[in-house]
Amino acid sequence: MPDVIIDGQEVSVPRGTTVIQAAEQLGIFIPRYCYHPGLSTAGNCRICLVEVEKNPKLQVACNLPVTDGMVVHTRGEAAEDGRRAVLEFLLANHPLDCPVCDQSGECDLQNFYMKFGLYDPRFHEHKVKKKKAVQLGPHVMLDQERCILCSRCVRFTEEITETGELGIFNRGDRAELAIYPGGVLDNPYSTNVVDICPVGALTERESRFKVRVWYLSSAPTVCNGCSRGCNMDMHFVLDRPHLNDGRRVVRVKPRHNPDVNQWWLCDAGRYGLGWIDEGRLGEVRERGATSTWDAALAAIARAMQESDRSRVGVIASAQLTCEELFLIREIFDGARVSAAVPEEPGACDDFLVESDKNPNTQGARLLGMAGPVIGDTTGGLGGSADVPDGQAIAQAARSGELDVLWVFGHDLVELFGAESAHEIAQNVGLLVFSGTNENATVELAQWVVPTAAYLEKDGTFVNCEGRVQRIGRVFAPPAGVREDWSVLLELAERSGRPRDSHEPRTIFAALAAAEAAFAGLTYESIGTLGAPVAGSAARVMSKAEPTP
Amino acid sequence: MAVKVVRRPELTFWEKLYLPQIFCGMKITSRHFFKNLFLHIAHLFGRLQHIPAAATIQYPEELRPLMSRYRSRHRLTRRDDGSPRCVGCMLCETVCPARCITIVPDEHPDPDVEKFPVRFDIDLGMCVYCGYCVEVCPEDAIRMDTGILDLAAYSREAMQLDIHELLDPELRKPVAACDLEFPHQCSVHGGEMKGGWEGTAVTPSS
Repeated sequence: MPDVIIDGQEVSVPRGTTVIQAAEQLGIFIPRYCYHPGLSTAGNCRICLVEVEKNPKLQVACNLPVTDGMVVHTRGEAAEDGRRAVLEFLLANHPLDCPVCDQSGECDLQNFYMKFGLYDPRFHEHKVKKKKAVQLGPHVMLDQERCILCSRCVRFTEEITETGELGIFNRGDRAELAIYPGGVLDNPYSTNVVDICPVGALTERESRFKVRVWYLSSAPTVCNGCSRGCNMDMHFVLDRPHLNDGRRVVRVKPRHNPDVNQWWLCDAGRYGLGWIDEGRLGEVRERGATSTWDAALAAIARAMQESDRSRVGVIASAQLTCEELFLIREIFDGARVSAAVPEEPGACDDFLVESDKNPNTQGARLLGMAGPVIGDTTGGLGGSADVPDGQAIAQAARSGELDVLWVFGHDLVELFGAESAHEIAQNVGLLVFSGTNENATVELAQWVVPTAAYLEKDGTFVNCEGRVQRIGRVFAPPAGVREDWSVLLELAERSGRPRDSHEPRTIFAALAAAEAAFAGLTYESIGTLGAPVAGSAARVMSKAEPTP
Repeated sequence: MAVKVVRRPELTFWEKLYLPQIFCGMKITSRHFFKNLFLHIAHLFGRLQHIPAAATIQYPEELRPLMSRYRSRHRLTRRDDGSPRCVGCMLCETVCPARCITIVPDEHPDPDVEKFPVRFDIDLGMCVYCGYCVEVCPEDAIRMDTGILDLAAYSREAMQLDIHELLDPELRKPVAACDLEFPHQCSVHGGEMKGGWEGTAVTPSS
């Protein structure tokens, strides 16, 4: 364990740690372009120059292993002079088109130039012209002039996706980032190169020119695209509706979580959020006609009280939060409740993408609302096998055994076929649909209640590894739309089974008290990175270890 | 908070009599009238020119000269091919303290231009004429040098300038026809996109 002194603070780090990592442990930020903790060390941008005592020249902090007794100065005239020279060199051929560059505002060239820049430029030669607006693939656009050749994206495609589409070609000031001839940057993780690009060379085609970055608000949340539950930051704009065609969600950026997704996010999850701003249900409907929440909840509560419990069915969804599933289980106690429906498994790979496209299947299992999967790989977290599945409930509804059937978000036509769905609608006394978007079931249901998308409500998901993660609340639901938990709480009140809780936090407290797997967990202990449920083997991924 | 009571000044006896005050007012008016009459006649004969006389400007037929840095109604400047110089960087929208500028940018076929505005509106009903938009523009695409001061309108909608009126300061609402050739969200055509880059001076570089 070498002891090293950085800016007067002493730290003891394992052998092989680099100066930039040791400084990070002390909370000292050293500027970097090419260094990325998830990739191998390239050491080519030279912006991380630091002064090492008894060393005649400045050293790059990203590629310098600490030795015992090393004394490093990250600030001071020598280091800053070195960085200024590096910046001058990097900017020699940079087009300086910040006003029209989408990275402007979150660009490390801008940030570090504000700190160490040479404000009186000495470069009077003609800049080298390169290609602008080159389409690399379905999601990524390249501007070769802005590129500073840090090679982060090249290393990403070589080390993380192992597809190797990108390369740096030519030499000297003609060196340029490009794609190998005939190639397309279309791997399932391609947009990550935009996130790691420290400058405006790589931009997202989807959100390009839609919104300037300083208009964006950001909130931490979790992806609902599959059961992995990758952590991400949602970037959205609410106060300038003329931008982004009026859609609130502008883009998604991965949020670092060492135990779930590290720094990465798949393209399917990143671009799977269009439904949040399109085709949303906006008002309560009774047989197609606009109605009110009051009328809907009164009618549903009356029907629930009048019918026998065993003749009430609920097809819940693994898209709902743990809090809402818990409320459903408690409120519909004695009824036929399931969150498991027959769905075709989707695409999966050995990195982040899981075949189960529901974010909270594990939560439904822990709450006894879904059965175990065949070939369970989750380390003994499977649910009990005697849970009725959605198909059985649909079958009962079809044969007229149910008076009330509540469907949460599912499309019965898609799941069971148009014929079955119509029979269910005819043979059930009261078919209730609650969900976010228009689908074929909306036309069949007697009552349609519009509920909030997962970005519009607070709650928790349990990912495939048994990690409870809070989804937060990014923005408010549209007018006339209510969160599922608030609808369920009011229904409990109206049907004579009031709950003590009034918000997701207290519902979760009740859930933690009732379920052994969640015992001891609170929103505080979950935090922003999540916490494993009791008995889970939430593993730490090893794939991101930089290849030597 | 302490309240300061301001009493309405009481009229004195002489003021209440009314007529003496009328004569006082007439005295002031006549003094100015005869003074200006005398001075204007004297100026005609080239005398007493160091003493200024009151002047009347026959607005709106006659306009007072404006200072060259006076901030009047906005306009968008054009390139040689007639398209706006604006590159849609939205710095003016960002800096605008009244938030009266609305820009929607789109991708330009010429990669060296990057983007251009399909929509550029200024709501003069909200504008505070601070001139920050002119100052911040990196392309000299917006100026406040039209010299237009009469901004009265019968409706709030008429105070909202769109890209037609901003590119051609002579235009007044209602804009009857649209002759802009670059793609833009055209209010004359009900907010539809109109125009194209084909056939104009811009050619996408290969």
